[in-house]
Amino acid sequence: MSARTQHKVSERGFLARNKWLILRRTSQFGFLALFLAGPVAGVWIVKGTLASSLTLGILPLSDPYILLQSLFAGSIPATTALVGALIVLATYALIGGRVYCSWVCPINIVTDASHWVSERLDIPKGWQPKRSLRYWVLGMTLVASAATGVIIWELVNPITLLHRGLLYGVGLAWLAVLAVFLFDLFVSRRGWCGHICPVGAFYGLIGRFALPRINAYARSACDDCMDCYAVCPEPHVITPALKGAKRGVGPVILSPDCSNCGRCIDVCDRIVFKFSSRLAQTADDATLPRRKAA
Amino acid sequence: MASQDPHRTNPGWPGRRRFLADAARAACGVGIAGLLLGLLARQGRALPAWAIRPPGARDESEFASACVRCGLCVRDCPYKTLRLSKPGEPVTTGTPYFIARDVPCEMCEDIPCVVACPTGALDKELTKIEDARMGIAVLTGQEDCLNFLGLRCDVCYRVCPLIDKAIKLDRQHNMRTGAHTMFIPVVDSEHCTGCGKCERSCVLEKAAIRVLPIELAKGELGAHYRLGWEEKEEFGGPLLPDVIDLPDRTPGLSQ
Repeated sequence: MSARTQHKVSERGFLARNKWLILRRTSQFGFLALFLAGPVAGVWIVKGTLASSLTLGILPLSDPYILLQSLFAGSIPATTALVGALIVLATYALIGGRVYCSWVCPINIVTDASHWVSERLDIPKGWQPKRSLRYWVLGMTLVASAATGVIIWELVNPITLLHRGLLYGVGLAWLAVLAVFLFDLFVSRRGWCGHICPVGAFYGLIGRFALPRINAYARSACDDCMDCYAVCPEPHVITPALKGAKRGVGPVILSPDCSNCGRCIDVCDRIVFKFSSRLAQTADDATLPRRKAA
Repeated sequence: MASQDPHRTNPGWPGRRRFLADAARAACGVGIAGLLLGLLARQGRALPAWAIRPPGARDESEFASACVRCGLCVRDCPYKTLRLSKPGEPVTTGTPYFIARDVPCEMCEDIPCVVACPTGALDKELTKIEDARMGIAVLTGQEDCLNFLGLRCDVCYRVCPLIDKAIKLDRQHNMRTGAHTMFIPVVDSEHCTGCGKCERSCVLEKAAIRVLPIELAKGELGAHYRLGWEEKEEFGGPLLPDVIDLPDRTPGLSQ
C-alpha cells in the first residue's frame, strides 16, 4: 500500500467505498459483453463495433467523431450512419460526453489499471502536458483527415483497435493497448485519457452542457484529506467546486473534463460528493454568500 | 535563474510570450504527430493486389474517407468471405477485404454486405450483383494452365457464376499434337465481377487464373483511337470511297 492510502483507515465497508467503481466496471464489461455475445455465443444483440453498430437489427449507432473525420476527409456518410451519429450525439449531450470515457470506453480499464500499478510502485508522474493538448490533437486529426482524405485517427485509435481486436481478431492490436498502458505508467501518468486522446476531447466538448454532474454538496464537511484529488483522473476539475465556497462558486463540477466516473464519491469518507443535476448549481448559488470573502 | 530571465521580470511580456511559446510547442508537437499519421495514411492507400474489396466498394481513395471500419459487412456476409484487416496486415487496419483463393465472393443476389454498410463506403447504388466490379480475373499463369497444355480441365469456366459470359472457352488448334483442339479460357471484362470463384477452384498448386484490381489488369486505348471495322459497321460501309482493295498474299506461298 502506498503512503497515500495509508494515512487513514476508512470505517465504511468495501461496497460503500467502491460502489461507483463497481457500477462503472459492470457497465464497461457489460457493453463489451453485448458486443461479444454475437461472435462468441451467437446471440446477436449488437452487431459491429463502437465505430458503428446495429442493435437488435433496428437501432443504428455511429461514433460522431469518426463521422466528423469522414466529413473532413471529403465523404458524406449515408443516412444510416448520420442518424446513428445524431442519436449518439444527443445521448451524450444529455448525459455527459465523457461518460463515454469512464462508462463505455474499453481503454479506460487499461489506463485505470496502469494508474493502479503506478500508485502501487510509486512511479513518478512524469510528463504532464497542458490540459489543452488534447484539443490540439483533436484539431490535428481533423486537419490531417482533410489533408489526406483518410479517417486519420482510426489508423491508430487504441479504443477501436482494441474493440475491433476483441470482436474480429486481435492481430497486433495488443501492441497499441500495451503502448497506452506503458505510456500512462512511465511517460505520463493519466496521460493518454487526460491529455492526448482526441476522442475524449471530442466527447467532452459535446457533453459540455450535460445534465448529470458531480456535486460537492457537503463541501463544508471536507477535511482536506486529498483522497478525491488522488483518485480523480482529472483532479483540476475538483477545485472550483470543492474549494469555491469563498469565491461564490457553486458546488457542482461543471468542467467538461470531468467524466462523471464517481470515484470521488466512492473515496470520500465525509460523503462530500454526490451525483446531481447541473441545475443544482444555480439553486445552490442562491444560498451562498456571494463574494462575501472579497 | 528565474529572476534574471527578462521574460519573467518584464510584466508586459510573460503572459503573451508564454502563451505563444506554449502554442508553438503544442502546434509543433501535434504537427509532427500529424505528419507521421499522414505518412501512415498514404502508405495505407496501397492495397495489395491479392486483397479484394467487397462488392460495391468505392475506389480506394474514396473508400479510405468513407469506411469507418465497423465490420457490419463482415458480420452480414453469409459465407464468411469478408474479413477485417488486423493491425500488422498489409491492408489498412480495420477495413474489409477478402482473398479469392481462400474464400471467394458467392455473389448473393441481395448483396447483404452492401445493405449492412452504414456509411455508403459500399455503394448502395449496387443492387444487381452482376454489376459488381471487385476486380477482374486474368489468366496470368498460361504456361501452367491445364487447358493451355491441351487438357480439358475447364474448372474455372464451369464454376464461373456467369459461365459463357464472364469466362468463355476459345477454341484453338493444338500445334503440339497437330490433331487436337485447345479450349482456352478467356475472360470478358464486360461481365466479370471479380468474385474469384475461378481463382479459388483452379486445380493447380498456385492458381493460374487470378483476380486482379481492374486498374492493374486492364489496358486502355487512347481516346483518339478508332477501330476501323467498328467505324465501318457503324457507318454502314467503307468510310473512304474508291479505296483499291489489293489481293492478300500469304507469306511463303507467293510465287
